[in-house]
Amino acid sequence: MSFVATRTQRPLRSDSRLERVLRAGLFAVTAELNPPDSADPQEVYDAALPLSEVTDALNATDASGANVHMSSLGLCAVLINAGYDVILQMSCRDRNRIALQGDLLGAAALGVRNVLAITGDDVGAGDQPEAKRVFDFDSMHLLRTMRTLRDDGVFLSGRKLTRPPHLFLGAVENPFAPPLHWRPHRLAKKIEAGADFIQTQFVFDIEIFRNFMARVRDLGLHERVYILAGVGPLKSPKGAEFMRTRVPGVVIPDAIVERLKKTPRERWRDEGMQICVELIQQVREIPGIAGIHVMAYRQEETVAEIIQRAGLFPRLTKPTASQS
Amino acid sequence: MCLEDEVNLRWLDEKKPITRWLARLILPVEKISKETLFDCRMCGQCILHSTGMTCPMRCPKNLRNGPCGGVRPNGNCEVFADKPCVWVQGIERAPRLPLWQEDIHHLQPPVNWRLQGTSSWINLFTGRDAIRPRGWENANEPQTNSDQHG
Repeated sequence: MSFVATRTQRPLRSDSRLERVLRAGLFAVTAELNPPDSADPQEVYDAALPLSEVTDALNATDASGANVHMSSLGLCAVLINAGYDVILQMSCRDRNRIALQGDLLGAAALGVRNVLAITGDDVGAGDQPEAKRVFDFDSMHLLRTMRTLRDDGVFLSGRKLTRPPHLFLGAVENPFAPPLHWRPHRLAKKIEAGADFIQTQFVFDIEIFRNFMARVRDLGLHERVYILAGVGPLKSPKGAEFMRTRVPGVVIPDAIVERLKKTPRERWRDEGMQICVELIQQVREIPGIAGIHVMAYRQEETVAEIIQRAGLFPRLTKPTASQS
Repeated sequence: MCLEDEVNLRWLDEKKPITRWLARLILPVEKISKETLFDCRMCGQCILHSTGMTCPMRCPKNLRNGPCGGVRPNGNCEVFADKPCVWVQGIERAPRLPLWQEDIHHLQPPVNWRLQGTSSWINLFTGRDAIRPRGWENANEPQTNSDQHG
């Protein structure tokens, strides 16, 4: 790894709002938008509206949990028309290298400026487990291929593009999945492959996350990539149980589930939001965190309320501690 | 490291009949021994020494660069709940290998699916397993020119 320049010395990768916010040193807020089970663009507008002012960019998920919804590219195209900054999620589960590269150019032509490369949940997580897995690429192959198109102006085959796509490249990391000690090294690999920004899996176990970030700082990775911590509300004790047993890679400490169980039923939603706000405040104090990424399946109003409650609207500059 | 149209001739000329004969002899030996020892999937581009002698093609997502984010808290596979994640095993074993401890941190290129079912030993000697897509070869280091944005 001979790359020594810090992230702030780099030229602008794209002209995305997300990249500008991060480079300006503001504390970025992104949120996940799950595409509808519908062909109606109005449903997309309705879902996005509560998030329009409180977020810097919206993630368009790519058949998350291996369940079919409107495609992430379709969702992005609809939202770009309405003036949103979007992050196109691309999973390696459903498409081979030929389709992925073509979609990347199509996305750039439609106005997509941020892309997120992910491995993808296995087909077994969804309602069509009999489908064929593709996994032609892993997420690092996808990242480096995206960088090749952008920086070298060629396809992976070496064939030239007449105009390369200008993209801000993202990747994900799960600090809570084994082997815990290797997760920072995996992050380093993703940066080497071309990641400009990172969004993490849900942070519920703040201790594990603090340790992870300490290792990330030891390796100097926070200087080379913008890290957005994943957060989200829990709806109910049952919802928490479902997430930690059925959603791949989500770890929720018993203490948090207990706290919800002790709460009377009518206050579950409020308590779940309160836990999320507290976690956001704890995450913001960790040096090297550049923003948060809020995930809540089809609960856009709740997400907007959490962002307001956490005091992240209007946007703030990061505390000086994070600059170190 | 080479490209499709310039396969380095290391020790074996691919085009000679002797190579085909050798492959015919070697293939069953490799298949039986590696399937027995490593549950090898005969991808034809072996990186066992880089992955703690744990075959990454046993991963149901065919990951070549480390574990996915779905590894279960007990270290088992997201897909096969009763099997250990092959990458968790590989990362555990890698430091015990002489010479190749650091290789687990190397960025592995995409799989060349045309080599599936061929002998990785023959491919190693002919250089066939070192073929990279042209764009992968040319992928430069990220630009370090600092301009006025920073």
